[in-house]
Amino acid sequence: MLLEIENLGVEVAGKRVLKDINLSIAEGETHVLLGPNGAGKSTLFLTILGFPQYDIVQGSIKFKGQDITKLSTAERVQLGIGVSFQTPPAIRGVSVRDLLKIESHQDMDEDLNPRMKELAEQLKFSDEFLDRDVNLGFSGGEVKRSEILQLLAQMPDFTMFDEPDSGVDIENVELLASEIGTLLDKDKPQGSRKRSGLLITHLGYILNFVSADKAHVLIDGVISCSGNPTEILEDIRKNGFNGCVECAQCL
Amino acid sequence: MDVLSVRNVYEDAERAKDKKAAIGADVTIENFTDETVNALDMIDDLDDLSNQTKKDLLKVGVDTEENNRSGSFLQVDQSNIFTNNAISDSIEVMNIGIALEKYNWVEDYLWNVVKPDADKYTAKTALREKEDGVKSGYFVRSLPGTKEVMPVQACMFISDADIMQTAHNVIIAEENSELHLITGCATGDDISSAMHVGVSEMYLKPGSKITFTMVHNWAEEVEVRPRTGVNLADNATYINNYILTSPVSTIQSFPTAYCNGENSRAIFQSIQGGKKDSIIDVGSRVLLNAKGAKGEVISRAVAQDESQIYARGHLAGTVPEVKGHLECHGLVLSDDSFIYAVPELEASSANLEMSHEAAVGKISEDEINYLTSRGISEEDAESMIVRGFLNMDITGLPDELAQQTQNMIDMSLDGM
Repeated sequence: MLLEIENLGVEVAGKRVLKDINLSIAEGETHVLLGPNGAGKSTLFLTILGFPQYDIVQGSIKFKGQDITKLSTAERVQLGIGVSFQTPPAIRGVSVRDLLKIESHQDMDEDLNPRMKELAEQLKFSDEFLDRDVNLGFSGGEVKRSEILQLLAQMPDFTMFDEPDSGVDIENVELLASEIGTLLDKDKPQGSRKRSGLLITHLGYILNFVSADKAHVLIDGVISCSGNPTEILEDIRKNGFNGCVECAQCL
Repeated sequence: MDVLSVRNVYEDAERAKDKKAAIGADVTIENFTDETVNALDMIDDLDDLSNQTKKDLLKVGVDTEENNRSGSFLQVDQSNIFTNNAISDSIEVMNIGIALEKYNWVEDYLWNVVKPDADKYTAKTALREKEDGVKSGYFVRSLPGTKEVMPVQACMFISDADIMQTAHNVIIAEENSELHLITGCATGDDISSAMHVGVSEMYLKPGSKITFTMVHNWAEEVEVRPRTGVNLADNATYINNYILTSPVSTIQSFPTAYCNGENSRAIFQSIQGGKKDSIIDVGSRVLLNAKGAKGEVISRAVAQDESQIYARGHLAGTVPEVKGHLECHGLVLSDDSFIYAVPELEASSANLEMSHEAAVGKISEDEINYLTSRGISEEDAESMIVRGFLNMDITGLPDELAQQTQNMIDMSLDGM
């Protein structure tokens, strides 16, 4: 298993947000996390990422067989975890170009490497754009594309995407989906994929473009259902998350 | 200036010799010794300086090889040891004493936008000029209609412990001319305690432009009291950039631009990094006294360790149809440091526009988290955010100078 979460319980500011989460993602697999607003999807992401305000009160997270429960965010990322945020903060004076150099392990004094320049172009960023302060005054679409570009610099073994398609116009969803595909080894045959991922999606629209192996429904801090993404999505579309609540109750 | 008014300067100064400054810690001038004027020998070439001094000068933007410079002036303690006036035909650079001998009208520019009785520091400077019969400091002037894009570099350097350095500088941009200055102030590595008082008077004739970029790198026990006044005629533009990121004992300055000409414009941009137990009290003031005048004061301050930063800005509109904006952002990084932001707007006429924006706080946790989620350690993330915060876009410089200024800022921020 690449990622193994066992009996995870998480508190934020003393309030229990996640309960008994069990989730395993194997090498080459893409999972999708569904659930209504406030269910704890982002909390699970940020706990896997190791943000300090998320207190793990029970259970453990293992990555590549190593217990990472007590590691800092930077240490986890260095092991091969990556994330694209839904609404990342703007940072004055820190340019996209600087971040791309750091993320692709380049020397700060060197020019940005040709691979990154090419990827930036693919994601419709001009060279001047790369000198802008990260996320400062970016449009919704620019934020998402910049997040994916930074992940392409990192090429993590395991990538989490928080609503990668929200606020993006249809034309760009396909472009983003294709790059997300690259990050998840979708261009390779299923058996030989190495990279894995976890997608948060509210409406599942992105799943029309990125295939997923398994879906999980998170409701009130509990994974109430796991299974085939197409079937689960269809069920949610028909019955809403209420169906999942009922389903969880019979579990 | 006639004899009577010269006497007035000294009489005014005499009366103000114990007058404390309106703000800032009071410095006991008597704790410092006066150096004899021109006690040090002139040097032929900046290259003759010791390697350590060269390094110290480079840190404050003074290039001893004089690359991309239109002139140089170096005052060490109370001696003008180097002047290069030969690089540009558009610009004159010389010791203020020599300028007074060369042009009888220079006298009219002394103690005009800075008053000798402003406080005991200006008074002391004036009284020393009387005692010694010689003035220290530089005179820089751009000739009418000229536009030299390369900057003049002027440096005040303190090489001896416990001395009080004074300087009286006059900068004149003649009609429709452009003048750029880089001024660096520093102390030798082995100097702990000293005092610096620099009186600077600037005059911008109609249609002229001056950019004045100052980098300070003092030692930890140095008291610094610059006194600056700027007079702007019609359609003149003044841009002042100030960078301080190294520890100092106390610095207090409140440079004031008088926009007396129609459509004149003054911009002050400052980057202040407080370290150790530095007390930094740096403000900027623009008086908008003529129709169409514009003033802008922008500052970024970061307080670390036990430092205290007073970030002041004062805009006063006295006539209609003027505009002013003040922006002050601060980060407080330790519990023992503090920032006191004092943005002041004063409107004494109808039909004018003035605004301010001030924000002081800690580093945003979201920003740190974002950077750590890219594999950057928390410590590096903090330093990137602080550097990014201070690394403001300096506007109004010609391209050649903008790049150099960016390099100077980068160098100053390296230690943050």
